[in-house]
Amino acid sequence: MAVELDVFVGNTIIMSEEVYQLWLDGYTVNDAVKVRMEGGVLDEFDAKVDVVLSDTMDQYRTFQMCERLLHSPTKLANQLLFQIPPHRQATLIERYYAFDDVFVREVLGKKLSKGTKKDLDDISAKTGVMLKSCRRQFDNFKRVFKVVEELKGPLVENIRQHFLLSDKLARDYAAIVFFANNRFETGKRKLQYLTFQDLAFCAGQLINNWTVGAVDNMVEDMDVDLDKDFLQELKELKVLITDKDLLDQHKSLVCTALRGKTKAFNEMEANFKNLSRGLVNIATKLTNTKDVRDFFIDLVEKFIEPCRSDHWTAADMKLYLTHYTNSAHILDTFKSVTVIFMYLFCTFISPARVTLFIFSSLAFLKFSKAAWLQES
Amino acid sequence: MPGKLKAKIVAGRHLPVMDRASDLTDAFVEVKFGNTTFKTDVYPKSLNPQWNSEWFKFEVDDEDLQDEPLQITVLDHDTYSANDAIGKVYIDIDPLLYSEAASVISGWFPIYDTIHGIRGEINVLVKVELFNDLNRFRQSSCGVKFFCTTSIPKGYRAAIVHGFVEELVVNEDPEYQWIDRIRTPRASNEARQRLIFLMSGELQRKIGLKVLEMGGNAVVGYLQCFDLEGESGLVVRAIGTACTLEKLSSGSGTHTHPNTAPASNACNSPSKDGKEPVFGEDLPSSSGPSTPFRALPTSSSSPPPFSPSKPCSRQSSSSDTDLSLTPKTGMGSGSMGKDAGPLKTLLRQQTQTALEQREFPFFTLTSFPSGFLLHVGGVVSARSVKLLDRIHNPGESSSRTHNPNVASTRRRIGVYSLCHVRGLSSSVLEEVCILSASGTAAILNPRYMREGCLDLGGSDQRFEDPSPSSCGFCHIPYDELNMPFPAQLTYCFHCRRQKVPDVLFTTIDLPSDAAIAGKGCFIQARLCRLKKKGQGEANATAISNQLPFMEYELHTQLMNKLKLRSMNALFGLRIQISVGENMLLGLASATGVYLTALPAPGGIQIAGKTPGDLNTEQHILNIQKRINDTIAKNKEFYEVNPPDLTEEVVGSPIPEPRLRSRLFRSHSESSDELSELDLSHGKKDAFVLEVDDTDAVEDIHSLLTDASPPKGFYSCNTETMPGIYNWTSALQMFTSVRVLRLSNANLSNQALNKVFTDLCENLLKSFYFKLRSMIPCCLSHLVFSVAVPEEDLIQVAVTAVAMTFDKDQTQEKPAEKPITKGCSEAEDQLQFSLELCTDSSSINSQSSSKNSVSSLEHSSPLTEGRSRSLRSSRSFGGSSVSVVKMTPLSFLPGTRIVKYVGIINMFFIRETTSLREEGGVSGFLHSFVAEVFAMVRAHVAALGGNAVVSYSMKDCVLMENPNKNQCQCLINVSGDAVIYIRETDQEVTGSTANIGLSCTSSADGAT
Repeated sequence: MAVELDVFVGNTIIMSEEVYQLWLDGYTVNDAVKVRMEGGVLDEFDAKVDVVLSDTMDQYRTFQMCERLLHSPTKLANQLLFQIPPHRQATLIERYYAFDDVFVREVLGKKLSKGTKKDLDDISAKTGVMLKSCRRQFDNFKRVFKVVEELKGPLVENIRQHFLLSDKLARDYAAIVFFANNRFETGKRKLQYLTFQDLAFCAGQLINNWTVGAVDNMVEDMDVDLDKDFLQELKELKVLITDKDLLDQHKSLVCTALRGKTKAFNEMEANFKNLSRGLVNIATKLTNTKDVRDFFIDLVEKFIEPCRSDHWTAADMKLYLTHYTNSAHILDTFKSVTVIFMYLFCTFISPARVTLFIFSSLAFLKFSKAAWLQES
Repeated sequence: MPGKLKAKIVAGRHLPVMDRASDLTDAFVEVKFGNTTFKTDVYPKSLNPQWNSEWFKFEVDDEDLQDEPLQITVLDHDTYSANDAIGKVYIDIDPLLYSEAASVISGWFPIYDTIHGIRGEINVLVKVELFNDLNRFRQSSCGVKFFCTTSIPKGYRAAIVHGFVEELVVNEDPEYQWIDRIRTPRASNEARQRLIFLMSGELQRKIGLKVLEMGGNAVVGYLQCFDLEGESGLVVRAIGTACTLEKLSSGSGTHTHPNTAPASNACNSPSKDGKEPVFGEDLPSSSGPSTPFRALPTSSSSPPPFSPSKPCSRQSSSSDTDLSLTPKTGMGSGSMGKDAGPLKTLLRQQTQTALEQREFPFFTLTSFPSGFLLHVGGVVSARSVKLLDRIHNPGESSSRTHNPNVASTRRRIGVYSLCHVRGLSSSVLEEVCILSASGTAAILNPRYMREGCLDLGGSDQRFEDPSPSSCGFCHIPYDELNMPFPAQLTYCFHCRRQKVPDVLFTTIDLPSDAAIAGKGCFIQARLCRLKKKGQGEANATAISNQLPFMEYELHTQLMNKLKLRSMNALFGLRIQISVGENMLLGLASATGVYLTALPAPGGIQIAGKTPGDLNTEQHILNIQKRINDTIAKNKEFYEVNPPDLTEEVVGSPIPEPRLRSRLFRSHSESSDELSELDLSHGKKDAFVLEVDDTDAVEDIHSLLTDASPPKGFYSCNTETMPGIYNWTSALQMFTSVRVLRLSNANLSNQALNKVFTDLCENLLKSFYFKLRSMIPCCLSHLVFSVAVPEEDLIQVAVTAVAMTFDKDQTQEKPAEKPITKGCSEAEDQLQFSLELCTDSSSINSQSSSKNSVSSLEHSSPLTEGRSRSLRSSRSFGGSSVSVVKMTPLSFLPGTRIVKYVGIINMFFIRETTSLREEGGVSGFLHSFVAEVFAMVRAHVAALGGNAVVSYSMKDCVLMENPNKNQCQCLINVSGDAVIYIRETDQEVTGSTANIGLSCTSSADGAT
């Protein structure tokens, strides 16, 4: 007695968010039925396995048919095939484009190419995210990347408009696109302690402050690429370490300001030259694409690890960098460019706490940048 | 003669990529009507072309306008090779042909390809300029409105109900023509689709002509069916009830209720606005004879204050009861098919005067205005088995043999008219074809019939006594001493004056004013019988020999299940028998109700065959106990608490197990007189089931295994659920299809029955599960249709609607029952009950005013209550696609239908040669059904409508060949496109007071 055919189609789409999630997570129909049965569908409603199976099948089919439309979410709103209430549309899209942080952390900064796609089963094994789900997420990244790559205007806004995502999700995608475009290396073991959200935050800062779009929304370029002129300007920082006088002067200014304010003062004073050299070297090399890719790893190696070995706290770092940039400003040799550059570093020690700090300084950041623009 | 059709192609969107190299498409459009074709320019390299074409003008006959669809083909331009077709859109322009419907068709249509499904959308504008054709001998019937709704549509009232119309058109099936061997599947499918569009257009036109001849202007309860009879051809049949409908003047009109307005209103106005043809001398019916009755509503009806613009649809008179049944004489006329026009007209005139039809009018309605129906006799049905023959025209012959059957059955029952003919459904298997017709015999109120004037005196004495409408229809219409079938008669429990039968089976909906106890309940009897494979005549004989037994069995099952739920009446009974290669399937669905006018049903008594055997006795006792428990449980679930159960004890077992002379299961109790004559009916209160062999045990088991729906769910197959009145507006229409393959070819009847029963039960369970988020909710209009597409395959297709209701208010106050019932049903039925009051007022004017006042008082809070709950419904703002609701019912809860914009009658074929890739048969059918919904919605939206009512899927023929990775499916759907508005939108005036009232009342209900 085999059921040869079994369909159930509603005029308005019939879906349960639970099943949708199972589908997105890559469960096969049978596994999904198992999960649902264990999840208590059976108890709450007197349902037998075959009933749950039939329901799951119907929904899976519906989702499969919807998937094509979900690839271009704007179509979902004016397609005629399914009648989907707007709030349902939003859920469908948002969930479809949602991703696992563990998974995205693995592909962040990698080229979204076929080669990477082949490695997905390894990633799946490593992260515990089902291969099917990995594929969907990867294809989502690729699709978003492809669409916004060529678009002008602010990146987040573009993503939000073309994929009808929530603000948060659009920002995350912007980060993914940004990382993929600049191919930042994030896979090294030393960077493993950074979560996707940490990196996404950095990406957000970079997008806001280091790209052409950040400088001027009307510019015909996009948010995806770093501002070449800005990177060129950073070369000027080199004097900070090449000019001996300047270096000493800078150090004394910073130390005077820091004295008595932190327990780690001795280490700061001792390591000042090293740290300053590390920072400036990273900054001045950024015109080179290869060095851009290693930006994060360099930062960790040259700046954060020394600080960490000296047991700096996040507050220490904040203090240090504030004064480091302020003093540099006082030296008047440089433009406030540095400020913009320096502030990002804090992120890497203790992300949760530092995030707050960065936000509080954001206004200042923007101000400095504007000031720099005026000056230049 | 003449009409000018104008079409404009605006734009396309989401087109498929046709050029792999550029990932784009160079699309252009061909617009074809009749034999004229226009083309747009090629819009190069775009998936969202903006053609913005000029207006393409077609100057055509109105006959063609009715028959032909506008055919729009989207193609991809190819410089070197042939242009590739992307897909087609067929637009039925019929809705543009009558005056009050849509004036323009404008919107996005899915571009449909029979192989690939929907491929993008196209925006089209269509208009028609129609000139009047006054030619008496014209072949067109523009202006006749068609409704699928099986009641008088909202916003109209029936001035005259003329009677039954039917017609059929036959053609060769393109799939079986020689050319099909050389053309592509796509071309063949398209030829077929187009042909069926043409045929149904022609059919509508011909029916329209008949209606015009009868002096009507509309067809209500229009039902169209297809028979794919293979090489014998393709038959399209349709039936309907011809009416003269009058549009109710909205708003102020009802307030002023002028004495003259309604009569002159509708029938004459169409001629003024030029779109509708003038009827010439066909007109007198609208103004003449029925005036006395027509005066009734106007003089006495006080318009309900809460819905000022509410239509008062009622049928005030039925003047012309002759049934224009055109049994085609001569075989030739049928095969001439399409162009036998004038000849047929002659034939028609000759046959029209058949006296029989005058006496026994047919109607295709399921719900009637109050007072229209006097008494209901019972179900009549007729089936005939036909051997299809290539030379004969199957449809023609069958329709000829068919209706006389029904008519003679009716005569036996001695009943005046058949009020509802439920389709001439048919089941075709190769060359054998079963045609079935069923209906409810009833006596209509002679006051409503013009021709009844003559015998008014006589019949009035008999029937006129103003028996309360809540029970009147239950009273037996036949002579007590001369009953057409055995039944146990008692005095009506309501009025105690007239006799009523112990049970009542009908195919109609529960009259809105009927007094019931508790809620209704979906009851289904399923039966599967093996049949030897056979050929030709022997096969047909075998089938027809089985039929009566199947009917009997189904009836027994229904009766048992009804008793098990302690109910005493069935409404909406629909019996379908389909024939397969090696089995016959019977499925009877109905909605059980406890009518308080009828006696309480007895319990079920189990009797063993061999007394003395202790084991058996014990076993029987067990079963008996389970049955009694089930009855008790059901009573509680359906809240069947008859208000005034006097000395009759429900379910009191007066055991008479020694009655051995019976056939093994009796199905009906008989009256005293008859028990002597008929040994098969014993005088007993309880219903006895004998356990004499394994069959019977199985049957009883199956009785008990019927699971009742889970808490919060109710189901019925009628328009509205008896006992639930406070609908909220959430709505989910669905179609479900299941096909079961019998793995074991050598099944016994019993095992087969079980399989089939489980299939249906599981389907129901599935629905409950899938729709559990809507609880409390009711599945209404559950229509099952079974088929045996191949040997060992059973296909069940279900279309139904789930509607939520407000749980807190389900308790009714018994005192107001008849009235509240009326108002809490669809709006118009509220009107019916009001009309009823006012009608009776003219007869016994004393009570009328009081009645109508009270009814208003009672009704307003309830309607308000419903509209309040409506606010909680979702709002669909912001979406660029307008929402189209679909329902198989004739109304949408919480809303009011303001306009009917046209009938939807569409036919689609879908085929695939990559079945596996599309997800198997299920995946294929799933997307096809979704596509059909989408296309229906798009057409409705283009007509300016926002809902489809009376939607039905009449055919779903699935043919698969998994080995070849192929599958083909045909679906035919129909419905009425309407514009509705939310009730709240119109109830600004004086609603505040009512809301206050309703709040208190609902609070009362809750406590």
